[in-house]
Amino acid sequence: MIKFFLMVNKQGQTRLSRYYEHIEINKRTILEADVIKTCLSRSKEQCSFIEYKDFKLIYRQYAALFIVVGINETENEMAVYEFIHNFVEVLDMYFSRVVSLIVKEVIMFNLDKVHIILDEMVLNGCIVETNKARILAPLLILDKMAES
Amino acid sequence: MSDIVEKTLTALPGLFLQHQAAGGSGVPRVSVSSRLGSLIRSITALTSKHEEEKLIQQELASLKATVAAPNTTLRLMKECMVRLIYCEMLGYESSFGYIHAIKLAQQGNLLEKRVGYLAVSLFLHENHELLLLLVNTVVKDLQSTNLVEVCMALTIVSQIFPREMIPAVLPLIEDKLQHSKEIIRRKAVQALYKFHLIAPNQVQHIHVKFRKALCDRDVGVMAASLHIYLRMIKENPSAYKDLTGSFVTILKQVVGGKLPVDFNYHSVPAPWLQIQLLRILGLLGKDDPRTSELTYDVLDESLRRAELSHNITYAILFECVHTIYTIYPKPELLEKAARCIGKFVLSPKINLKYLGLKALTYVIQQDPNLALQHQMTIIECLDHPDPIIKRETLELLYRITNAQNVSVIVQKMLEYLQQSKEEYIIISLVGKIAELAEKYAPGNEWFIQTMNAVFSVGGDVMHPDIPNNFLRLLAEGFDDENEDKQLRLYAVQSYLSLLEIENALYPQRFLQVMSWVDASLSFLDGFVAEGLDQGAAPYKPHHQRQEEKLSQGKVLNFEPYGLSFSSTMSSSGCTGRQSPAGISLSSDVSGNSAETGQKETNSLKLEGVKKLWGKEGYLPKKENKAGSSPELQPIAQDSTLVENVDQMIMKKDQSQALHHSEEEAEKQRLASTLFVGLGSESAVSLLGKTDTVSHKFRRKSKINDTKNREVTSTHNINCSSFSPLSNAPYEDNDHLNSFQDKEDIGLKKCSLGSEFLESGLKSESLTELHLVENFSACSLSPPSLFEDNSMEIFHPPHPTLSSFANEISLTSSLLEELNEHVHSDLVELCNNEMLKVSSCKIWKDDCLLLVWLIVNKSSLELKNMNLEITSTENFKILEHPGFCFPVIEAESTKSIQHHVQMEKLFTEEDLSGCVKYKVEEDPYIQLEFSITLSLLDFIRPMKICTEDFGKLWLSFANDVKQNIKISDSQANLPFALKTLQQKLRLHIVDIIGNEGILACHLLPSVPCLLHLRAHEGMAALWFRSSCSTLPDYLLYQCQKVMEES
Repeated sequence: MIKFFLMVNKQGQTRLSRYYEHIEINKRTILEADVIKTCLSRSKEQCSFIEYKDFKLIYRQYAALFIVVGINETENEMAVYEFIHNFVEVLDMYFSRVVSLIVKEVIMFNLDKVHIILDEMVLNGCIVETNKARILAPLLILDKMAES
Repeated sequence: MSDIVEKTLTALPGLFLQHQAAGGSGVPRVSVSSRLGSLIRSITALTSKHEEEKLIQQELASLKATVAAPNTTLRLMKECMVRLIYCEMLGYESSFGYIHAIKLAQQGNLLEKRVGYLAVSLFLHENHELLLLLVNTVVKDLQSTNLVEVCMALTIVSQIFPREMIPAVLPLIEDKLQHSKEIIRRKAVQALYKFHLIAPNQVQHIHVKFRKALCDRDVGVMAASLHIYLRMIKENPSAYKDLTGSFVTILKQVVGGKLPVDFNYHSVPAPWLQIQLLRILGLLGKDDPRTSELTYDVLDESLRRAELSHNITYAILFECVHTIYTIYPKPELLEKAARCIGKFVLSPKINLKYLGLKALTYVIQQDPNLALQHQMTIIECLDHPDPIIKRETLELLYRITNAQNVSVIVQKMLEYLQQSKEEYIIISLVGKIAELAEKYAPGNEWFIQTMNAVFSVGGDVMHPDIPNNFLRLLAEGFDDENEDKQLRLYAVQSYLSLLEIENALYPQRFLQVMSWVDASLSFLDGFVAEGLDQGAAPYKPHHQRQEEKLSQGKVLNFEPYGLSFSSTMSSSGCTGRQSPAGISLSSDVSGNSAETGQKETNSLKLEGVKKLWGKEGYLPKKENKAGSSPELQPIAQDSTLVENVDQMIMKKDQSQALHHSEEEAEKQRLASTLFVGLGSESAVSLLGKTDTVSHKFRRKSKINDTKNREVTSTHNINCSSFSPLSNAPYEDNDHLNSFQDKEDIGLKKCSLGSEFLESGLKSESLTELHLVENFSACSLSPPSLFEDNSMEIFHPPHPTLSSFANEISLTSSLLEELNEHVHSDLVELCNNEMLKVSSCKIWKDDCLLLVWLIVNKSSLELKNMNLEITSTENFKILEHPGFCFPVIEAESTKSIQHHVQMEKLFTEEDLSGCVKYKVEEDPYIQLEFSITLSLLDFIRPMKICTEDFGKLWLSFANDVKQNIKISDSQANLPFALKTLQQKLRLHIVDIIGNEGILACHLLPSVPCLLHLRAHEGMAALWFRSSCSTLPDYLLYQCQKVMEES
């Protein structure tokens, strides 16, 4: 099960957070600060899976942005690791050339859209959709409606 | 409108293939909405948390005004919501906006509505009261003709929805399962998954529809149903075996590339779907040769098809290997899976290496030879620069530990332990080391030294069971009296030498262990002697000091600013980082100890000791950490090496071995010590990890040595008091006296002799607490506490067997059974003109037996009578929960019994079920019923003696204390106890003065102890149990009955 999905920049500022288990707001910020500290302490040569308290962190770095997913022991680490990348590819498809946008953290300014995309992919801690076209379909319709 | 939407939906995949044609309007999308953009920019620019807080508070204030203003447009409201989401994400609560999020979902146009729903799902939790306000909006949107709105409603339902409102939307959602659009069907299945998560009973009747979803022509809908199936199969694999074929077929199609290409990820077909299917097959095939047989082919194909081109293939392979090792084994497949693990382990990519180690750890219990195959890699990983890899390797070694390699493995674990700072790691590792040491220790010295290392590193954080078990082990000893003595002697000696190390700091709990073991505090003899030499006053008994104090109190003190002990003590007290709060092992058993007047001396302030013992003042506590472990190695490494080298050589090509460098040779040596006892020659010792090896340090069940039992008793010492004897020679007598006054207990122990070294463990007088004395003074008996707990007669208010006995004719066996045991009334659960179902609870000693009586009142035969109990997570029915009578004759009665166990603690829960039957060829008639079970149905008295109570009390880590008011009638302690005995079925173990002790157990065998002290209209309840939650539940019950009576 996925416990949370985080996007945090190198300065430790949270860019997106979605929890799949209820955690109090103040505990979230503490957790996020600790998580990013843990991730920053790791070098590129080190493993992307971290045993952290009673769960695991799977993280991937894109420029200055870390995407960190907290999972429990039932999840397949590599599957989650690649899921993160799939998510980035979906963002890429929607925002076009997202990688450069990540650098400028422009994604941040579309917080609602990124959430809507993530909600199509993960529900209740389960990966529910990975087909890019299907993930984006509802959002694209909303955009089309807004234009017309 | 809905037409447009439908068309768009249909056209979408096509649009996407034209790559970015649809998403081409990239520029407006990234255009930054003004207010949020500037907020983010200014926050990002800030450097201090304080500035951030100020800015966000400003922002929140302005948002609060905006959302409350009547003229705020929905468009602006949507923008505000996103900003609120941002603020909450940074940790600033913005609850004033929650209601507006709901309103936005209700009133907004499409995008606004979506943001409203999004905000709701982020802001509210499952039990939030505002959530109810959303239900109407969801119902309306589910009925909308606009598919986008239906989608949104389904999405929010599958994210967050109030459990009690499920019936309001369930029919609407079931309808959507037949919808023509895949996205609607898929989302409907996802919503049902949510319901299955939060209220499985409510969707039980639609299992047929789940099957339909599984066979849906659309891959997405099918995939969504797999989440439900994975969950249901995890709970009850046997109910879904018939679906194995379907899952296998689906996986074959996926692996064979039959899905549309847009399900591919880096040319691998639907990898996450494959993983999900592999998991399901693993659960279905576990311990089931026939089902496993069906999966072998597709698993083989999965292994073959996975070309190692991309990370994601490794993810699939990992899952595949896991499944192959989970199901009933097939040698040929195991071999392939093992080769596959090799690819992981040997990979230069670190993430794959990690997975390889994880896979090895999983499979190694079944196939120890795999560890031998990869031993050199394992050794390399043991010294890997990445601590995560190291730790995973240790986890693997932990699984293959045996009596021959234990010392090397434990040494490696200790090395890792000394480098780790994270508390969670320390706790788990320390627990593992202690477990291995207890199981496989090669000798007394090794055991004590290892435990010393465990206590010095993990003392502050470790699970209290570790010192408890250790002390009990020392106390109970083994069959050989001589060896027991040796063990204890060695323990005490090792403590003495540890304490002699200057400037060493030990965790509080370790010092407590030492002082319990060497209860005489003989290690302080030297100090006392030294102190006396330097002119300190000798020990004076309490009464003598009292007299002196009285006379001195009247004398003027001419030294107003003399060196004060208290300042010395407090400053040194701060140096330790450990919390001075006492641990709950055994100190202060009833909380009313006679020393309450000396509260501060009761808590151990041992940190102070070290500073004062060391001449240079405070020193960090690094030295002894290293000091305690080096002694461990020589014994084990060398001896095992010699013995086992031959074994290992067989595995190695000898000529090749000659070319190994020094370093290689070193690794080989390590390998030979690590992997000894594995492999074919001695596979038994590995497989029998828990059985075949002689458990030298296993706690034995019989205790024949009564004289050592006091180890667990209470000692209150305050070591900080001893140091001033040598360090503060200028102290005047007045101070010394007052100090002595406090240190009464500790010093008394010091003055007692060193003969304790010889007698091993023995403690003199405990505390004044008579209850404690009572516990320890009684003789020990074998702790077979749960065998003879014959049921105490517990009379329900109205035993009414007769009331129904004449009404219906029961089978004679049932009558006997009922008469033998205490039982409840026969309660009618449901009836119609044809039949009646009643039930009765029988509180047997070892279980709760539910008897169902089905009475056919009619003059017709009832056919195919089925009784089914709905399974829930709270109960476990030991028999098959369903029962079928082909025929029940006219005007006759049938009975069925079910043994019920409690699976999850609860206070009261309903057990529900239904009966179905046919009359002639009419369709089935169904009747539903439910019966309320309470915690008390599962509580039985536990008949133990006071002394067993004392022992158990100390071994339980979970406790709950509560003071409750009691009525006058209950101020009479025996009366209060009687109430508890009758209403809660607790066994009264003993009554001592105004204290009573009671014991019970939750079926099948979870003990819970209660210590009750009545005092001035209050009762202090103190529960202890091996289960962490049981005390809370019992406390609640106690409160209830005490209030009632």
